[in-house]
Amino acid sequence: MSGSSSQGSLHALADRWLPKLVLSPTLAASLIFVYGFIAWTGWLSFTESRLMPRYEWAGFVQYQALFENERWWTAAANLGLFGGLFILFCLLVGLLMAVLLDQKIRAEGMLRTIYLYPMALSFVVTGTAWKWMLNPDMGLQKVVVDLGFTDFTFDWLVNPDMAIYTVVIAGVWQSSGFVMALFLAGLRGIDDSIIKAAQVDGASLPTIYRRILIPSLRPVFFSVLLILSHIAIKSFDLVMALTGGGPGNSSDVPAIFMYQFAFTRGQLGVGAASAMMMLFTIVAVLVPLMYMETRSAKRV
Amino acid sequence: MFKNLTVGRALVYAALLLMAIYYLLPLYVMLTTSFKSLDDIREGNMLALPQLWQGGAWSKAWAEACTGVECNGMQGFFWNSIKMTLPAVAISTLLGAINGYVVSMWRFRGSDALFTMLLVGCFIPFQVVLLPMAQLLGLLGLANTTAGLVLVHVVYGTAFTTLFFRNFYITVPDELVKAARIDGAGFWTIFFRILLPISGPIFVVCIIWQFTQIWNDFLFGVVFASGESQPITVALNNLVNTSTGVKEYNVDMAAAIIAALPTLFVYMVAGRYFVRGLTAGAVKG
Repeated sequence: MSGSSSQGSLHALADRWLPKLVLSPTLAASLIFVYGFIAWTGWLSFTESRLMPRYEWAGFVQYQALFENERWWTAAANLGLFGGLFILFCLLVGLLMAVLLDQKIRAEGMLRTIYLYPMALSFVVTGTAWKWMLNPDMGLQKVVVDLGFTDFTFDWLVNPDMAIYTVVIAGVWQSSGFVMALFLAGLRGIDDSIIKAAQVDGASLPTIYRRILIPSLRPVFFSVLLILSHIAIKSFDLVMALTGGGPGNSSDVPAIFMYQFAFTRGQLGVGAASAMMMLFTIVAVLVPLMYMETRSAKRV
Repeated sequence: MFKNLTVGRALVYAALLLMAIYYLLPLYVMLTTSFKSLDDIREGNMLALPQLWQGGAWSKAWAEACTGVECNGMQGFFWNSIKMTLPAVAISTLLGAINGYVVSMWRFRGSDALFTMLLVGCFIPFQVVLLPMAQLLGLLGLANTTAGLVLVHVVYGTAFTTLFFRNFYITVPDELVKAARIDGAGFWTIFFRILLPISGPIFVVCIIWQFTQIWNDFLFGVVFASGESQPITVALNNLVNTSTGVKEYNVDMAAAIIAALPTLFVYMVAGRYFVRGLTAGAVKG
């Protein structure tokens, strides 16, 4: 009897510290590799580090250099342009497809599979495929010219003014199916009785969607916005594979800027400063979105 | 709902079909191009089928194509990616399972705050950790090694896997665990005897998600690996963007499909779980 009770208290003791012990390696890793490394990068951005890291405080010189760098502003403007269009078109295409697929479609499963498979691909593969499709000599331009429209040109890939839009095309192709899946799941989660009641009241189908169903997707809408802006701000591989940031620097984005200054040009300080700017951008975009998401989720 | 409006219904189907063509077109073009000869590519139409189906580009992409200085094709890099992905997926998934178990079933004072702290790792742009990580891998002698990449993927993947398992385990009724504790079951007994047996679906979701993420990663690969140790995404980019001489589009396309095959295969056999993972990771992550 006494043996089993002492064993019981041993159990209780183990159960008290085991959970903490088990969690601690991951917590330690998070403290070092996430928080510690952010602090480290932050510190580097305030030093004169170039080829090698240095740790003497130098104030805002790197940020000054960054903000005086025209290429940085090209990259930032491209991010705004690409991010805005990418999010807009993903939302439009995704929502439209979700509504269309919601009409008791035959072969819905097969269509969904087709719309979503790009999500399984690496952005490098997507970039490679679209680079070939958009090839001005042998790609889609030639297809249209061969059809008899001899004056047709579609040279966005090599046109400095248009190259960033090719990233939008490929990005939307890759991610819009995913947006469709999220919206469709949202639509399916809505109570049928609401729709039936509206139908009894004589509301037409478009009205039901416009006034009842789509507004009730608000929480999904915020999640989608959150994910898409996250993808946009981090976008690196797609641009690298599709345009390499070119022609020239015309389709540069902050992630490529950071990579090149930190790892191929030996300008650690500027690279660190640009990485910190990316972090601030994510925080500035995501925190308000998360706030709105939790608020709208609570209300529903 | 459109039952009586046949024109409307036809339009819906037409629109859906058009979208399907738009999504399938790049895959079709990649496949057909990879089986064409270079002359066929130069003279023919991108949308046409090959005049003569040839597999030469595939064997070249696998074994002979140049990715920089080396000309051994994608094969070595394909194995690199496998050697990197399998351990990283296994370790991060197991860690996630145990972490998720703790933060959902064994909450202690401050555990919610710690979980939130962990989750921040899902949101940061990885650019902000690249420079210190490169320094550390250098110090540890892990720079340019597959082991180094495994470490990086485990460290930054565990936040996601913890989230997956936590969201799954909070749906398990508390009574189940409480009853087991009254019966004298301890921390590990409850995990192995009660929770693991019902965790099959979430393991599938988590493994598929991690596999796709890690296999498709480019950023960590290009920064922390070079030459021989590169994963396949980096090798593909090198092949497509830095090769000199005659551009062999058929080889590029074959290489791209080779790089995409494992994740496409997973998507085809377990697409249902794939979508569930995406939505689960997305809605909460």
